[in-house]
This record gives sequence, C-alpha cells and structure tokens, in this order.
Amino acid sequence: MRNMLSDQVVGLKPSGIRKFFDIVSEMKDAISLGVGEPDFDTPWHIRDEGIYSLEKGKTFYTSNAGLKELREEICNYMKRKNGLEYDPLKEVLITVGGSEAIDVGLRAVINPGDEVLIPQPSYVSYEPCAILAGAKPVIIDLKAENEFRLTAKEIEDACTEKTKVLILPFPNNPTGAIMERKDLEAIAKVIIEKDLLVMSDEIYAELTYKGEHVSIASLPGMQERTILINGFSKAYAMTGWRLGYACGPAEIIAQMTKIHQFAIMCAPTTSQYAAIEALKNGDNDVAEMKTAYNQRRRFLMNAFKEMGLECFEPFGAFYVFPCIKEFGMTSEEFATRFLEEEKVAAVPGTAFGNSGEGFLRISYAYSIDNLREAIGRLDRFVKKLRAEKK
Amino acid sequence: MREELLAVIEKNSRIDLKELAVILGVEEIDVVNEMAKLESEGIICGYHTMINWEKTSLEKVGALIEVKVTPQRGQGFDSMAERIYKYPEVDAVYLLSGGYDLLIIIEGKTIKEVASFVSDKLSTLDNVLSTATHFILKKYKEHGTIFKKEHADERERITL
Repeated sequence: MRNMLSDQVVGLKPSGIRKFFDIVSEMKDAISLGVGEPDFDTPWHIRDEGIYSLEKGKTFYTSNAGLKELREEICNYMKRKNGLEYDPLKEVLITVGGSEAIDVGLRAVINPGDEVLIPQPSYVSYEPCAILAGAKPVIIDLKAENEFRLTAKEIEDACTEKTKVLILPFPNNPTGAIMERKDLEAIAKVIIEKDLLVMSDEIYAELTYKGEHVSIASLPGMQERTILINGFSKAYAMTGWRLGYACGPAEIIAQMTKIHQFAIMCAPTTSQYAAIEALKNGDNDVAEMKTAYNQRRRFLMNAFKEMGLECFEPFGAFYVFPCIKEFGMTSEEFATRFLEEEKVAAVPGTAFGNSGEGFLRISYAYSIDNLREAIGRLDRFVKKLRAEKK
Repeated sequence: MREELLAVIEKNSRIDLKELAVILGVEEIDVVNEMAKLESEGIICGYHTMINWEKTSLEKVGALIEVKVTPQRGQGFDSMAERIYKYPEVDAVYLLSGGYDLLIIIEGKTIKEVASFVSDKLSTLDNVLSTATHFILKKYKEHGTIFKKEHADERERITL
C-alpha cells in the first residue's frame, strides 16, 4: 500500500513528555496542578445568553468573519483596554479559540522559507503551526535571569535576512512572565528596525497582576505590523466555547478570513452570542476571578519561599514556574517521581521547549483548598529529595 | 485591602490569619488590626456559620412575612421595625419599597409556633395593618451558598 500520510505532519515532533502524560492518565487517583484552563464556570449571565440564543433559534452560520455586533464589541473593548482603534468590518476576525487565530494568522503571512521567531518556554502550538505554514521556526530560549522576558538583544541575535514574524506570547504560559511597557518599548525598536511582523498572543492579558496589561500594538508604529490575538477562554472562563479573535491590518485579516472561510466557515454561533454578553457585562466577573487568581498566586509564592524553592515572581496568567535544578534531575524525572510518590501531576517545563528544562509548571487554576493539599505534598517531596541528597 | 479582606472572610470567616495575610499580600499584624477596626466600626457584625438545618434531625420551620404598617410620626418605620426585631424568633427585618412595608424572616420549631407569633404577637401590634405569611418549603441557596453539592472537577488533569 502507498504511504497514506503526509511526511510533514509525520515529521512534527510529538510532545516531548508523552511518556509522562501516559503515566498521568493511568493514575486515576492523582490530584493535579496541571490544567491550563480556569476552574471557574462560565459566569451564569453569559451562559444564559448562549441558551437564550438557542431558544430564539439562532442556530445558523454567521458571516465568515463573525457576528458584526461581536466584532463591534471587540473593537469597543480594544479601545477601552488598550486605546486601540480597529475597524470592525475589516480588521477583526472571530476564530475558533485563539489557537485557530495562531494557525490561520501564520498561514496568511508566511512564504516558504520565511523564519518565525518563537520565544520559549511557550505554548506548544506555535512551532508546529509555523512548520505547517511552511516557515522555519527559530527558537529564542528565554532566560530565568531575565524573569523569562524577551529582550531586544535576543531578537537581534536570532534575526537573519529571512526573519519575518516574531511570536510574542505574553503574559506567558507556562512561565507566568509578563512584558511591561518598558520591556515592550525596548523590543519595539528592534522590531521596526528589522521590519518584522508581530503575532502577539494576548490570551492571558486580563490576568495581569502588576499594573495593567500593555499591548505591543499600542506602541507607536506597531499597530500596522501586529496581529493581536485574544479570546474568551481565560478571561471569561469559556474554554469549551472555543472562541477567540484576531485584530490586525485589514490586508492580513482579509487573507486570514479567506483561510478561515474555507477551513471553518464561521466560529460557533451560540458562543458568539454568549461572547457579546461577556464583553458588554462581564467586567465584574473578570475582576473577581482575577482577584481570586492573584490570592492563589501569593499563596504559592509564599509557600515556595517557606520551602526554600527558587521561583521568580510571575505577574501574569495562572502559572508559576519554580526551579527544580537543585535536585539534580530533569524536569521530567522530577515530575514523574512527584506523580508516583506523592500522586500530584504537574507539567515538566520541557513540555514547552528545551529552555523549560529545570523548571516545573504549576497551575493555580484551583481553589486554595486544593492548592494547600498539593503544596503540602510538594513540601514533603522536596524535603525527602533533600534528605536523599545528603 | 479592606474590601478584599471583607470579600474573603465573607466566604470563609475561619480562614487562618497568617494565610489571610499571605493571600492579601500584607503583614499578619495589619490583618489583625484591620479586623479589629472593622469589628469596632460595626462593619464586621459577627462570624456566623451557614447551617443546612434540613440535613439535621432537628425540625425547623421558616417563613417570610409581609407586613403593612402605619408609619409613626417623627420616626417613620424605625420604631415599628424595632418592636418587631426584638423578638428573638425574628431572624431578619427589612424595610422595602413596593406593595408592603416590612419583610420579616422568622424561624420557629413548628408551624404552630410561627402561626402563634403572627396571630398573637405580630398582628396585634398597634399600627400593623395587615400581614401575609409565606412558609419556606425548601432552601436552594442562602448567603451566596448553593446547598446542592457542587459538581466535581471535570477538567482534563493535564492541558497545555
């Protein structure tokens, strides 16, 4: 029989920690610190709007780019939060989660051989999406001593004649790192100098615990070269609704809309109606959830301090990224033993790139009670490892 | 920190003070002082416990009573409310806008006990014009707490 598979897809690296995943799925009684989604239910008034839209029979396709009212609300939101002006008719595309926007956005701008800069540790889909789009991914290894922020020098060093796109994944999954205004201003200079396009994945923007999130698109000269990606999953606890969006220059959004039309048709209609309600009346919910996350973040940082576990203070998303290098084992070894001996699942940093080696991603999308239990076990585990070393 | 502190202990008044300080990002001594202040200002009025009595063997009957009254010259509704809330069986008294004036929440051991409160004590007060008593059949949610057990964590244990 002929080869039925695409060589390119077969060639995509599977997640480096597949073995670890297998053990997790077998261990039914383990507790978890491993999720990448909020523990809150979608606020009721948002769910109710989704239900109401179904009752009214809103069960048809929307326009390819998404409901006009939703695009208008997104533009209002961008203006309100970032001072950014977008044309709802030409510069916004509603997608199936932020993930689709990443995929479609890269495919819309890449020509064969273009290079895409991907800072890591970061979300797992940038690299395969870049490869599938025909680009050559170029990894920038972010450094713990910079608190995993991206520096101008790192961009400069990674740039070649072929570099076209920089992925900017902040607030960051898995490190929790943010880029403050001064950090963004420093890299914007290089970005403009090198004439790069930026794909700014701001899905965790609302979960910023130090000042307000700043979008790179709001810096002078940046909006016309930025594809801004956001969505409803993290801010409004709407992961299962699969709804995100991209804002950007009209000519890029037009090409993205074309791919989206052929591959997806339109984002789920029910979710779009619910999202309108989220943007109109969801600010209080976001603020309440953010307060709760921030309390848990402080709780974890204090716990690490007390057990003497090294961890820079992250100010974004809902992850902390403690360093486990003192125990002299790899992230995966540590995570596997932690799972087997204490029955707690946390994700090895290497799941997010080689530069995650020596770190562990701990999610605080859990109640304080759950965290207290898990952290108690971590404390016991850490003490045991230290005793072993002596 | 005041509002955030109140929001936390409104949900969990038994939280450890040290932990409370940690999650608020302040020193423990500041929490202790702030709580003392809130108590003396009458903002924190107690540290009660939510109990779902239906699950105990103790029989309790609750009722909402709508009351129309004649307001008192110079005192409005306050003196009437005071006469009513002094009864220990009265749980809560609210002055409302709309079709009636006072809403009373009462809890008794039996229907008879509630009935006798309404007929003997409440309706015989001067200035009470009328009452309407609604017995509570089931409590679903009180003080922001849903009595039904919450669903378990249905998320995948690892998602990247």
